Amino acid sequence: MKHIISALVENKPGVLAHVAGMFAARGFNIDSLVVGRTEDPKLSRMTIVVIGDDRIVEQVRKQLARIVPVVKVQDFVDKPVVARDLMLVTIAVPPEKRPEVSTLVEMFRGHVVDISPKTLMVEVSGPETKMEAFLDVCKPYGIKSVARTGTIAMPRQGSGEE
Amino acid sequence: MPAKPETPAPAAETVKTGAQIIVDTLLDLGVDTMFGYVGGVVLPLFDKLFDAPIRFIVPRHEQGGCHMADAYARASGKTGVILATSGPGACNLVTGLATAMMDSIPMVALTGQVRTDLIGNDAFQEADTTGITRPVTKYNSIVKDVRVLERTVREAFHIASTGRPGPVLIDLPVDVLVGKCPCNGKAEIDLPGYKIRTKGHARQISMAAEAINKSERPVLYVGGGVIIANAAEELRTLAEKAHVPVTMTLLGLGSYDQRKPESLDMLGMHGSAYANYAVQESDLLIAVGARFDDRVTGKLATFAPHAKIVHIDIDPSSISKNVHVDIPVVGDAKHILTELTKEVEYRPREAWFKKIAEWKQKFPFRYDAKAPMIKPQAVIEEVCRQTRGDAIVATGVGQHQMWTAQFYKFQRPRQFISSGGLGTMGFGLPAAIGAQFAKPDATVIDFDGDHSFNMTMTELATAVEHELPIKVCIFNNGYMGMVRQWQELFYGQRYSCSYLKNPNYAEVARALGAVGITVDRKEDVSKAVAQMLAEKRPCVVDFRVEQLENVWPMVPAGKSLSEMDGLTILESMA
Repeated sequence: MKHIISALVENKPGVLAHVAGMFAARGFNIDSLVVGRTEDPKLSRMTIVVIGDDRIVEQVRKQLARIVPVVKVQDFVDKPVVARDLMLVTIAVPPEKRPEVSTLVEMFRGHVVDISPKTLMVEVSGPETKMEAFLDVCKPYGIKSVARTGTIAMPRQGSGEE
Repeated sequence: MPAKPETPAPAAETVKTGAQIIVDTLLDLGVDTMFGYVGGVVLPLFDKLFDAPIRFIVPRHEQGGCHMADAYARASGKTGVILATSGPGACNLVTGLATAMMDSIPMVALTGQVRTDLIGNDAFQEADTTGITRPVTKYNSIVKDVRVLERTVREAFHIASTGRPGPVLIDLPVDVLVGKCPCNGKAEIDLPGYKIRTKGHARQISMAAEAINKSERPVLYVGGGVIIANAAEELRTLAEKAHVPVTMTLLGLGSYDQRKPESLDMLGMHGSAYANYAVQESDLLIAVGARFDDRVTGKLATFAPHAKIVHIDIDPSSISKNVHVDIPVVGDAKHILTELTKEVEYRPREAWFKKIAEWKQKFPFRYDAKAPMIKPQAVIEEVCRQTRGDAIVATGVGQHQMWTAQFYKFQRPRQFISSGGLGTMGFGLPAAIGAQFAKPDATVIDFDGDHSFNMTMTELATAVEHELPIKVCIFNNGYMGMVRQWQELFYGQRYSCSYLKNPNYAEVARALGAVGITVDRKEDVSKAVAQMLAEKRPCVVDFRVEQLENVWPMVPAGKSLSEMDGLTILESMA
């Protein structure tokens, strides 16, 4: 099962190495890991997507919490959260197909961010399933390259579902 | 005219160098003994240490120094301190740090580093010390600004010695050691991510007490955590009040007096048959400061199959790591055992203690006392007898370590000093030295294997230099005994690379300025032990022991605790 784990960490050198090293040393698999600044300049947030059964994910959570500069660890598995990826895709699009692909991009609420005679670069954001769906519909044109941020997430304050 | 201060004047600030800040902070933290080795980039620090009221012990190799600091901590309960230079000096600490990490020993390592502007340039004696030591320390950091130096040193000691202790390393570039800043000696630690739960949850404690009161066949399974928490007295009170037998892990030895009837001695791969049977038949296992290591549990799927499990530990990540725990209690063992004792009631448990007595009667630790050769177990028994079980005992790793655990009867905490988790050969001699520095009046014995001793025997020179009366008993069988035993049992007696030609240890000892004795006849053991104990100088006794002796009983790797090999062999020796 996929778990989104959010760790608030001190903004110090070596923290990422410590977290990554712990995952490697204990044999836990990271699906994605995103680090970014937060509202507090002293803290960064790491959003880590891990796949594993409950026992493994519980260990991941505890081992993370044990790392000295890790301030707080949350597992979002049973919580209503907003989870988002950002993706850039370069698609092989000859000029005559541009309108067709633009329609697709609009349907996914993406943006065309770069254009060349043979390609379009598109920016799409949203839940991971949407990224996968967009890639599926683009496949027939030819996907030249993909860059993805990995998931960031935040629990909802209200109880609404996505 | 200066404005009148509204708040009290801050403490006087003096401008100091980084090296001076470190020495002053160490003194303020109560450090009076350090171990370490000089080198280029740490010279500013050594220059300040030259005048400081700190006893400084220089080993012959940084690894030895690291083990000394570790054993100093184990024997005294204080935080051990080791200092090494950059590059090779820091790299030589790795084994010692990993040893301390696995056994949760409070230690602070200070390492020199090249100038900050050279870091990453492959400078002379540069190594990525924080990168190399991150997995073998509880925490490490590099100080690049002299203004945070004092705080970092204080944080290191706090992290090393609290919660589940462990080694903490601070990497110190030389420009930080010579850099200057105002320092008032009152820096406060700032560790928002470091929280320790000390008090156990009251409801969990009540649940544990209720489980103990209901249990017909309980066993206390205790580890090094009880010793670290200074909770041996609380353990004794609980075991006696609730009337529960106690078995110990290797590192738990000393937490419960083995002369008492409730003691089941050590459990696990080479533990007592009565401890292993008791665990397997128990209906309640109360683990305290132990971590369900594979050498303790045997095959996990069949470990203590009928038992409900209570786990008391300060490290939440230890709970349910290997086995599912029914009643976890996170916190300090001393506090939890005290609270638990209030709620437990005495139960006679006659049938259970009768069964245990039968196992004890049938399967005591034994060896063939009639054999013509010197048996290592007999030497340990003799040393135990002549020291009245009161010595501090260090060991290397292997057969002799297991025999020591089986045949020396420990009475109190901090008496047995051994590398449990990492299993570091070569630990014994430097550990004995570190322990003797911590307890100058104690009798300190190193029971050592010949090849464990070979790994760090250069430290005998350190013992001689400081005139330490340590006693080294080498069980000389030519083999790496435990490896040989596995080769005999599991590799068709093909003794690949496990036999080495040894030097004459008594002559080596004498050449280094120690006393050297060779014993090759059984009837000379007692006299040699007496002579060894009377010596005021370091003394090495080379016992030429039975070469092919095995450690029994043995739970082969992957088998259940009750599936012990060697029981019939032991019975035949009765």
